Amino acid sequence: MKSRSKDQTVAGIDIGSRSIELVVLNADGILRQLKTPTTFDPLGQCRRLMGELEGGRVIATGYGRKLFAESFGQMDVSTITEIQAYALGARFLHPEARTVLDIGGQDTKVISLSETGKVFKFEMNDRCAAGTGKFLEFMATALQVPLESFGEYALRSDRRIAISSMCTVFAESEATSLMARGERPENIAMGLHMAIVQRTIAMLRRVGVSAPVVFAGGVAHNPCVVRLLEEQLGQPVIVPGNPDMVGALGAAICGKNGF
Amino acid sequence: MIPMKPDCFEKFQNAGERFLLEVSELQDNGKKVAGIYCLFAPVEIVRAAGAIPVSLCGKKEKPIPDAEKTLPPNLCPLIKSSYGYAVSDTCPFFSASDFLIGETTCDGKKKMYEFLGRIKPLHLMHLPYSAAEPHALEFWCEQIHRLGSFVEESTGQRIDRDHLRFQIRIHNRIRKLVRRISLFQRAQRVPISGLDIMTVMETKSCFVNPERYISLLVEFIAEMEAIAVDGFSPFETNAPRVLLTGCPIGKGSDKVLSMIEESGGAVVCMENCTGVKGLDLLVDEEEKDPFLALARRYLQIPCSCITPNTGRLTLLNRLINEYRVDAVVDLTLQCCHTYNIESRIIGDCVEKIHGLPFLHVETDYSNSDVEQLRTRIEAFLEIARWSAPAHAGNGKPPARIQFSS
Repeated sequence: MKSRSKDQTVAGIDIGSRSIELVVLNADGILRQLKTPTTFDPLGQCRRLMGELEGGRVIATGYGRKLFAESFGQMDVSTITEIQAYALGARFLHPEARTVLDIGGQDTKVISLSETGKVFKFEMNDRCAAGTGKFLEFMATALQVPLESFGEYALRSDRRIAISSMCTVFAESEATSLMARGERPENIAMGLHMAIVQRTIAMLRRVGVSAPVVFAGGVAHNPCVVRLLEEQLGQPVIVPGNPDMVGALGAAICGKNGF
Repeated sequence: MIPMKPDCFEKFQNAGERFLLEVSELQDNGKKVAGIYCLFAPVEIVRAAGAIPVSLCGKKEKPIPDAEKTLPPNLCPLIKSSYGYAVSDTCPFFSASDFLIGETTCDGKKKMYEFLGRIKPLHLMHLPYSAAEPHALEFWCEQIHRLGSFVEESTGQRIDRDHLRFQIRIHNRIRKLVRRISLFQRAQRVPISGLDIMTVMETKSCFVNPERYISLLVEFIAEMEAIAVDGFSPFETNAPRVLLTGCPIGKGSDKVLSMIEESGGAVVCMENCTGVKGLDLLVDEEEKDPFLALARRYLQIPCSCITPNTGRLTLLNRLINEYRVDAVVDLTLQCCHTYNIESRIIGDCVEKIHGLPFLHVETDYSNSDVEQLRTRIEAFLEIARWSAPAHAGNGKPPARIQFSS
């Protein structure tokens, strides 16, 4: 391995289905964090994000990690799975974390950590993106509510109604028939949030949950999901300041540990 | 590094093509081919009546759309692929088959056979749900007799008891030799990839002449011994040793096995029908009644269609120690209820009794989940590396908290 001076940087890049995040670390800590949508040209987006970087080590994670490593061969690139990246990132921000929940654009992951922070067990949804950020995005559009305020909107509900469909298409029909029966859209929004949380709780149960739980990924911005999770778990969950940067941060940490 | 393989490995790779060539000549002279779908089909009976058994299990995605014209989409891919090949007449092994033998191993298969029976003569063997219930053995023995009559009628050749005993001895020999081959993977330096071993093992349900097949196995073993002595391995020294269990796989449905090995794991043992399941179950050669001896042996196959399927746990417990396994992957096909449900039992055993990492993968023959699977498998192997005995003591599993309801 090449020797690295004190001011050398290491970057972590998380190429997800919806967004790409970049975190740059130097010996003092986080130097820079950037986020951009993935679009249909993830490599172009990566190039734009990476533009200002001057060499140094890069650790790639997320679905695009292999593609990135192949396309940025001139740089010092290695890859880790999102599971490891989220575990490292969450643990860096919250060293006491024992469970990491990540709900992203098309994935939900539950990661169980040992006392020393190693990944002990994990569960991930398979090919279907039901119950992930994509589901919320689709439903917010259906109810004509901006995604960013969908959680607040749902919290204005006055009644909890169960929506049993987890399939995005079926759930939309269910929502439509509820609207046809005159149900308030806020209540329908709440029902949709409850459906996501129910599915997440089932996954948490399969892995087994230890406190404290760190909730990361883009969906952690949603206050209704956070509220419902806390109700179901019977304890608070920790949402990091920039929940969607945790994967990129973890990747960068992984590279930094090689300093 | 160029993988070092026995020279005769190629003969296993081409086993299918050679089978078809040889069999068409024999069929011109009146020989019959029996298409089989399962480890429960007593091949000794088929051979004793002069017929040649061949496995017809579908392992590819391609014919599934043809099957879905008749069968529901939410059915296991193995059943749909098998039926799709048959109904679209795109499988040369199916075309070569004169008659078919099925078993009531699951609801999907037994109902699929009702349609398959419209295409070619099909004999359905009824399996008891439990091996231990009173009359189970008697019932199954009767089923083997009935199969015998069906095969005799189909081939026009009587089953001679002495010849049946001879076939029993031959097939026991084959099981022992294939098991011997699987045991090479016990070595510290695993001498051959799991994918290659799968290619070899898959031929156990696709050969024309048993004596020649035995010679080929013996040749392979001799070459492998030389490679093992050399200490060659296609794997990195720290590759986690993975046991793959669950539904059958083969050429075409090997994506999970391939992905484990591409991600740096070594599949040292396959506890499934393609792999070692049943290899250590031999037919009693001393039993006076060869039909009864067959019934006893076949009823012990630890398939998830049997309840309770305690034999699988016994086998897994042994294999985990025998092959010094670091991690277990349970591969189940979508909609295979029995294996899917049993996965929880297997997982508990692996994690609690052996303290090893366990991953349950549910998939089909398509490539739509490849990237998700890769992430899961890579992360799983990261855990396996960390929790391998050399790294023990890195922290205890976390204590679970109770949920408020």
